[in-house]
Amino acid sequence: MNTRLILAFRQAFSQIRRNLAMSFASLFSITAIMIVLGVFFILIVNVNNIAESVKQDFDTIQLYLDADVTEEQAEDLMDDIKGMDNVETVTYLDKNDAMERWKKKWGDNANLLDRLKTNPLPNSIIIQVLRLEDANSVYNATKDMTGVEDVSYYQDTVEKLVTITDAIQVGAIVIIVFMIIISIVVVSNTIKLTVIARGKEIMIMKYIGATNWFVRAPFLLEGVLIGIVSALISGGLITYLYDFIVKNYGVDIALLVSTGLVPEMFLVKNLFIIFIALGTSIGACGSVISMRRFLDN
Amino acid sequence: MIEYKNVTKLYGDKVGIKDVSIQIDDGEFVFLVGPSGAGKSTFVKLLLRIINADAGTILYNGYDVTDLDNVHIPKHRRSMGIIFQDFSLLPKKTVYENIAFAMEIIQKPHRMMKEQITRVLELVGLTGEEKKYPHELSIGEQQRVAIARAIVNNPSILIADEPTGNLDPVTGWEIMKILDKINKRGTTVIMVTHSQEIVNAMDNRVVAIEDGLIVRDEERGNYRPEDDSNDNNAEGGIFSL
Ligand SMILES: Nc1ncnc2c1ncn2[C@@H]1O[C@H](COP(=O)(O)OP(=O)(O)OP(=O)(O)O)[C@@H](O)[C@H]1O
Ligand SMILES: [Mg+2]
Repeated sequence: MNTRLILAFRQAFSQIRRNLAMSFASLFSITAIMIVLGVFFILIVNVNNIAESVKQDFDTIQLYLDADVTEEQAEDLMDDIKGMDNVETVTYLDKNDAMERWKKKWGDNANLLDRLKTNPLPNSIIIQVLRLEDANSVYNATKDMTGVEDVSYYQDTVEKLVTITDAIQVGAIVIIVFMIIISIVVVSNTIKLTVIARGKEIMIMKYIGATNWFVRAPFLLEGVLIGIVSALISGGLITYLYDFIVKNYGVDIALLVSTGLVPEMFLVKNLFIIFIALGTSIGACGSVISMRRFLDN
Repeated sequence: MIEYKNVTKLYGDKVGIKDVSIQIDDGEFVFLVGPSGAGKSTFVKLLLRIINADAGTILYNGYDVTDLDNVHIPKHRRSMGIIFQDFSLLPKKTVYENIAFAMEIIQKPHRMMKEQITRVLELVGLTGEEKKYPHELSIGEQQRVAIARAIVNNPSILIADEPTGNLDPVTGWEIMKILDKINKRGTTVIMVTHSQEIVNAMDNRVVAIEDGLIVRDEERGNYRPEDDSNDNNAEGGIFSL
């Protein structure tokens, strides 16, 4: 086993050397493909992250109370609501506080609100739900309570958000799968050239009793080496790129979407793990596929 | 012992061999003769399971070669040595490496190689040529290295498909003598040949094939005119099919 492995390694290296131009060509293509994959990976992870935090802004249900509901009555309502499933927190929002919030939100245009003679906003109760997906049940249970005039919750917005993030994820996964297939084809074509160049040698091996795995080993290693080197190069480049973006635009992005980018260390570590696994399997699949026809006895 | 029973191999509508039955005992030396396209290579490839039969059985060592699982084919082939006319050496490997290559395949430890390679090189008369590359050898010497490679793992059968096809008569005769020596040591030899001189000079069994059928099988035979075809140049080994 030991000598066999050493033999396979020796052969794999000499094959790469003999076939240097093609090895570089496929190394280059796979690195390029992996960089694109990495960009999509980072995109998905961040879109997910942003979507989660945006969802949090929308996971509240606001109950507008009738004008004649007293604070004590409101407290009773709140106690009832606290007892419900899927409710995390319940807070009372006085109409004056509500107005203050509006003013803050409107910023420079807040003086428009000052012109109002009376506060048109009702008192309200804000319910934070545990699971956004199940917010509907809380909505249904509260909308007909006495003293509740109207209920607002951003069902549509939330659903749209979920649809969009789902679409982004599905799209990215389709592209990733497509790219993986392309890289397998690229590797298998590179290795096929070596296989053809060594066709006679392979036939001799087969005829004097080499097993398929014995013949395959050096080619498998060749593919895996190409895959791993591509993974390291593209992983390094992506890390550098992401680092650059986080350092230079991280703050801007955080302000824009009110969420920071996913921390580098976490992302990079996972990216490398994924890339190396991917590179190894792309290389292995590529070489096994390229030899299929040469090895059917 | 090798026993073909009603073996048929077709290539599409072309006949390879048709309903062939024959028995070859251990230690025999058999010449396989016949015109080009008669089915001689088909006959030996079936034994190696390079191709498989459409009908019939080939019994060898107590099993049916036509019924072997793919995983058992490598082991089956290791019990045989093969030499083909254009079954050449690997040009980038030395004589030593070319022979060692056959031993690496069956995972012989490296420390055992040197001794055995020296022994087979002596047998084929190439002592001391270990470090040479094939292009530094004559065609006849290259064929001798191929023989050394074929026998280094001590096969019980040696299959030679036109081993002298590319050689001048003198060199061809030297190869023949080496094969005879190997046979005298107990190895069964099946040799496909178009060489009238060689067949007639030896006193061996001759099996003649024509159009896929065995038309003659003589214990101590000779070459006959009908064993040859006029397109003698078209003789092809395993890679020219
Ligand atoms: N792979 C193949 N595909 C189709 N036909 C084939 C194939 N191999 C052999 N044949 C045909 O089968 C017949 C027997 O071929 P085979 O190679 O066994 O002949 P042979 O006796 O070895 O001839 P030669 O002396 O020229 O080597 C021929 O008609 C040949 O054309
Ligand atoms: Mg032939």
